[in-house]
Amino acid sequence: MRIFLFIPCFVDQLFPSVGISAVRIFEKLGHTVEYKEAIVCCGQPSFNGGYWEETREIATRVLQALAGSDPVVVPSGSCAAMVRNFYPELFRKTPQAEAAVQLSQRVFEFSSFLVDQLGVTELGSRFPAKVTFHDGCHGLRELQVRDQPRQLLKQVKDLTLVEMEDQTSCCGFGGTFAVKFPMISTAMGETKSASALETGAEYLVSNDSSCLMHLQGLLSRRNQKLKTIHLAEVLASS
Amino acid sequence: MISSFAAKFKNSSTKLTADLGHRVKIRTALRSYERARGGTQAQYQDWQAARAGASAIKWEAINHLDAYLVEFADKLTARGTKVFWASSGQEARDYVVALAKDKGARSIIKSKSMTSEEIHLNEALRLAGYEVVESDLGEYIVQLREEAPYHLVFPAMHLTRHEISDLFQEKLHSLPTESPEELTMIARRELRMKYLQADIGISGANFGIAETGMISITENEGNARLTTALPKVHVALMGIEKVIPKLADLALFLPMLATTGTGQQITCYNSLIGGPRQPDETDGPEEFHLILLDNHRTRLLADAEQRDALHCIRCGACLNVCPIYRNVGGHTYATTYQGPIGSVITPHLRGLMDWKHLSYASSLCGACTETCPVKIDLHHHLLHNRRNAVAQQPDPAERFAFRVFAFLTRFPGLLNRLARLSRPFMPLANAVRSILPPPAKGWVASRDLPPIAAKSFRDYWRAR
Repeated sequence: MRIFLFIPCFVDQLFPSVGISAVRIFEKLGHTVEYKEAIVCCGQPSFNGGYWEETREIATRVLQALAGSDPVVVPSGSCAAMVRNFYPELFRKTPQAEAAVQLSQRVFEFSSFLVDQLGVTELGSRFPAKVTFHDGCHGLRELQVRDQPRQLLKQVKDLTLVEMEDQTSCCGFGGTFAVKFPMISTAMGETKSASALETGAEYLVSNDSSCLMHLQGLLSRRNQKLKTIHLAEVLASS
Repeated sequence: MISSFAAKFKNSSTKLTADLGHRVKIRTALRSYERARGGTQAQYQDWQAARAGASAIKWEAINHLDAYLVEFADKLTARGTKVFWASSGQEARDYVVALAKDKGARSIIKSKSMTSEEIHLNEALRLAGYEVVESDLGEYIVQLREEAPYHLVFPAMHLTRHEISDLFQEKLHSLPTESPEELTMIARRELRMKYLQADIGISGANFGIAETGMISITENEGNARLTTALPKVHVALMGIEKVIPKLADLALFLPMLATTGTGQQITCYNSLIGGPRQPDETDGPEEFHLILLDNHRTRLLADAEQRDALHCIRCGACLNVCPIYRNVGGHTYATTYQGPIGSVITPHLRGLMDWKHLSYASSLCGACTETCPVKIDLHHHLLHNRRNAVAQQPDPAERFAFRVFAFLTRFPGLLNRLARLSRPFMPLANAVRSILPPPAKGWVASRDLPPIAAKSFRDYWRAR
């Protein structure tokens, strides 16, 4: 199968190994990966800021680049939710309305694509560590991705998954919210990292690098040893 | 362009988010709610079906509000209730003050009503020379402290037993105690006298039943029952959105409100009031006045996209799960209705430009929408408020920044090169964080910036 890999802007520039891991996983499973260099960003920051006109300019290029019928996989629940759930609303009553709906139906978050679309949970991965998992809110509540990452983690050799307290509570990133209301965002992040630290895990895994960027920033500032890592990177380890 | 309300919100949230004691206090208070609610909700055969049913009933009521309100008012009037339609808070306040004057009232007892908080009824009555006493324990406590409720359902949740004891010692000259039972008894002794002295009892209403012309009041302390039954005159204040079609609808709504409000299967007292004392009845008030309040609810009704916010049964569940509420506390909002529902509806009730900041003060995590028993699309309405605010009056600097970014996305290669060029400066940004301008400062004040990768994903892809 040909798979369009949608690499979010911050993954491209800050966490390229997440994308590289996804490529390796899909190719190992015998699929062809396509990447569209024309795409920079899904437009979520301006969309959440209320600037929908500016967002349409960004998103129109996404629609054009991903035209066709192949599935689009995003290693971020948040960006996947943007295209899958919000593009149809963003383009409603515009000439691209139909294209937005068409695209939205074939966009998937990484772990749910593996489990629900490809029917795969066993990837021959090995990751000898104790980990805890953080659900990105958009993946969790916009896309109902909850069990899939855990099903995948359970198949990883030598990996121990420990759930943290209040596992579904928000980490406090929230895009521009993190800089508009840094004090609230930080307080939420402190609560979340405290829950993660309590588990005694060595790694904090998530299917969203944006949450991890925020949590890693807090943990590093406090010289905590807990490391953050994306699910795709764990699954690509052997 | 920051409204003074927004500036106050920022100041207050900066203070409270740094207050670790507050964080623990709210978390502890809500832990017991979470446990109780989780257990009760699990007893429903199908909670999601219950939510869908409740949402459908509310949809029916709100989308045919004109018909149900008339049916409701007609039924009440037929049994001798005086129904007053108040389009504004001012009209409602004037009506109650005039009534108090007309009845030669001296003291007034009140049971819990957020709608009365919304229109600042106590203040109006106090200024007109009447003593108003809150009879709900939590409300009584915050009234003694001369502050607003901290939470829709738990008005005094921000106070410890110790603080309440201090307050009672100061205001009621009681002896120090940290036993909840004793504290309750102290308040009860004070309040019992007030019921007997009161000439007028004021209550809210949780539901208005169109079919039978009754209001339904939910409570746990029996204070609403005393407030509405002992004084000669009972005045109920109800938002127009509280009407539901049928009496049988309560079979769903009463347990649901209890479950999501406090985690109970059903609250201790649920009263239905259909009019003043009838000729063949031996007790109850001689007069029953019902004020139906609009106060800009019809603005929300006119907004088809956000109309479902009128489904709200004021259970407070969205506050309880909201990580913003849990960190900034109830007073920071400076609104009658705190938390997600308040952030959604306050711009409609009191003006978008003054209150849009509440819609931005959200990570859009969606916990509110997930928990809402009547399925209000809360976090998406925060997005809609943001969009509407920008359409009304964009922030020039922000719009410029987003336009520049949108333009630059035409040149992915250029952006990629810019990122590589800025790479060496990123560690520096962490080092000089104290002198950075916002928004960068907002990030690095508490968090390290992630390093920019030596090779981006697109570099990797090209090199393949």
